[in-house]
Amino acid sequence: MTRPRINPAYGFLAPALLVIAAFFFVPVVASVLLSVTDFDIYAVASFANLRFIGYGNYAHLLQDPLFWVALKNTVHFVFVAGPLSIGVSLAAAVLLSAKLVRFKAVFRIIFFLPVITTLVAVAVVWRYLYHPRFGLLNYGLSFLGIGPVDWLGDPAWAMPAIILLAVWKNFGFNMVIFVAGLQSIPGRLYEVASLDGAGPRRQFWYVTLPMLAPTFAFVTIITLIGYFQLFAEPYVMTQGGPGHSTLSVVLLMYQEGFRWWNMGYAAAVAFVLFVIILALTLVSLRLRGGAPLGVAEPGRESAG
Amino acid sequence: MSMLTGLRTGVMILVLLGCHTESAAPVVIEFWAMGREGEVVQQLVPDFERRVPGVQVRVQQIPWSAAHEKLLTAYVGNAMPDLFQVGNTWIPEFVALGAIEPLDERMAHSSSIRSDDYFPGILDTNVIDGITYGVPWYVDTRLLFYRTDILAKAGYAQPTTTWATWLDAMTRIKHEIGPANYAILLPFTEWQVPVILALQHGATLLRDNDQYGNFRSSEFRQAFEFYLDLFRRGLAPRGGQAQIANLYQDFASGYFSMYISGPWNIGEFRARLPASLQGQWLTAPMPAPDGTYPGTSVAGGASLAIFRGSRHRDLAWRMIEYLSEPAQQAQFYRLTGDLPGRQSAWADGDLAHNRYAQAFWQQLQCVQSTPKIPEWERIANKISQYAEAAIHGSMDADAALTALDSDVDALLEKRRWMLRQAGRARS
Repeated sequence: MTRPRINPAYGFLAPALLVIAAFFFVPVVASVLLSVTDFDIYAVASFANLRFIGYGNYAHLLQDPLFWVALKNTVHFVFVAGPLSIGVSLAAAVLLSAKLVRFKAVFRIIFFLPVITTLVAVAVVWRYLYHPRFGLLNYGLSFLGIGPVDWLGDPAWAMPAIILLAVWKNFGFNMVIFVAGLQSIPGRLYEVASLDGAGPRRQFWYVTLPMLAPTFAFVTIITLIGYFQLFAEPYVMTQGGPGHSTLSVVLLMYQEGFRWWNMGYAAAVAFVLFVIILALTLVSLRLRGGAPLGVAEPGRESAG
Repeated sequence: MSMLTGLRTGVMILVLLGCHTESAAPVVIEFWAMGREGEVVQQLVPDFERRVPGVQVRVQQIPWSAAHEKLLTAYVGNAMPDLFQVGNTWIPEFVALGAIEPLDERMAHSSSIRSDDYFPGILDTNVIDGITYGVPWYVDTRLLFYRTDILAKAGYAQPTTTWATWLDAMTRIKHEIGPANYAILLPFTEWQVPVILALQHGATLLRDNDQYGNFRSSEFRQAFEFYLDLFRRGLAPRGGQAQIANLYQDFASGYFSMYISGPWNIGEFRARLPASLQGQWLTAPMPAPDGTYPGTSVAGGASLAIFRGSRHRDLAWRMIEYLSEPAQQAQFYRLTGDLPGRQSAWADGDLAHNRYAQAFWQQLQCVQSTPKIPEWERIANKISQYAEAAIHGSMDADAALTALDSDVDALLEKRRWMLRQAGRARS
């Protein structure tokens, strides 16, 4: 008998697997372990002060009004900013793919610029735009006869302000993916549709949208995952305020962990968020019927 | 013979080498300071380096907003500086970590630092269980900033000294300035105001060796009622911070006439209020509930502390001694506007002639430390949270204080457990 041969592919995979193990799986396991302890500032001083508390953090979490506020804000953000962002991305992508538009590359770059700009730099500018007295936004609104809005200071307006910023900042990424999706739609489909007498609107509805379905699925899941992790925007712009109106789950986790140093509790928050994102991702995959992501499926065109 | 000379030459070379390396690579002291202080203290460093040859002080400037977590992560990551600036309220936390070197021995033998030259209430914030961990660098407390012209219009030539006259003055001011304006601004985020009023009323914020909240005590309750009353009577705006677009413009326009704030606003008010208003505002110590003027305020500020694991603790201490010299403290005041921790530095010309600082001098004689436990900042956060609920009327005062007590008891659970463990270990 010869020795069982190890697939040489493992040799090539090993470096990547090692890195993933060291920087992903180990921290994940550590944080799960952390979440069943009361690791805090006293435990930093000495491990003798660390107590195993089982699901205590999770029980506390479910009773913590702040967690529910944060979850409500995050869900609000995901389900408003998400569709809005995808809609704007699609509109921009369709416009950029139109035959009449010139300088497409220039516009593509301009629309993509916010994505690659550091959020902190963007936030500084947007704070000026949102300034209640001297901001450009309120200046523009004043022509419409709308009184000054305290965008970041009013609990009712702070979340819309964050959503606006996030949509503007992120739509370019999805737009590029939609542009790629649009380019993969064969031109003959449009020819056939127009021969059958379909106008632009019906072409969009019965050709473009169904053909983009796999792209949609990919964009939706990426946006869902990304937006549930809302952190930098409120961290830089509002610190979760005013009155917790922009506190997101990740920001709560950060504050518990690094402001109050309740690492055990923060790890529990992180784990709960992970479960929520995983569940919603699975649900949206199931809604798609389990089709692979991002792959155009020939033969589906007739289904529309 | 030749071997001996060889040996001798070898030793000499070694000695020379030793000398050489020492002069080429000076001892480096890492010093972390925050915000504006961290920027300005670099100007004081060259003089120290001239006095202590072979030492180089490397100042790292850290923004205030990141300072606390950066110090904690540095401690966990074993990357602490030798010397660091620490907010007074953070000291208990770093003491619990065992990160700070006790300083009593050094202070007792110091030729330049005299503990009786510090404001007693401020120095006390650095003392945990009888051991001193920090040397006050600059001091901070809260008192009244007020519009002299509006107060005079309301019939008071002098700032009020008791709660009763204070309330009367505010009521008259409100009458004078109309319903759109307010007598005093009390932002909800500032827990200091209800705490100051409670301390003045003799409240103990926590009970049984700081193991439980004590906010339902009659002293705290009465002070809290007085505080809420300011909103109920319409003397303070309920909108809080959100409606204050620009503090300085609103003070100038007369939107509010009094504000309880700290020394940094002396410089800000001077720089940001319009010229026509300079001379129309002053500072005054807090009124007291009874005749014991000035009333208590909270002790704040920042201290200098040495990392316990540092290899250069002696040199770090020399740097503290240097920064604590009255001349350096006075210079530091000129550079930053921070009020010196040492009382003898206040005799310096610039500060002695600052009419706004005089009230702070008076107030600093009557300051009290907030509870010296690591959980305090979190508790303070809870106080403002429940005060806001009570002001908005979503909870009545009793319900708010009961909920506050129960939240604080939950926060202190770990502390109680720690104390029980320590008690068991001792017996």
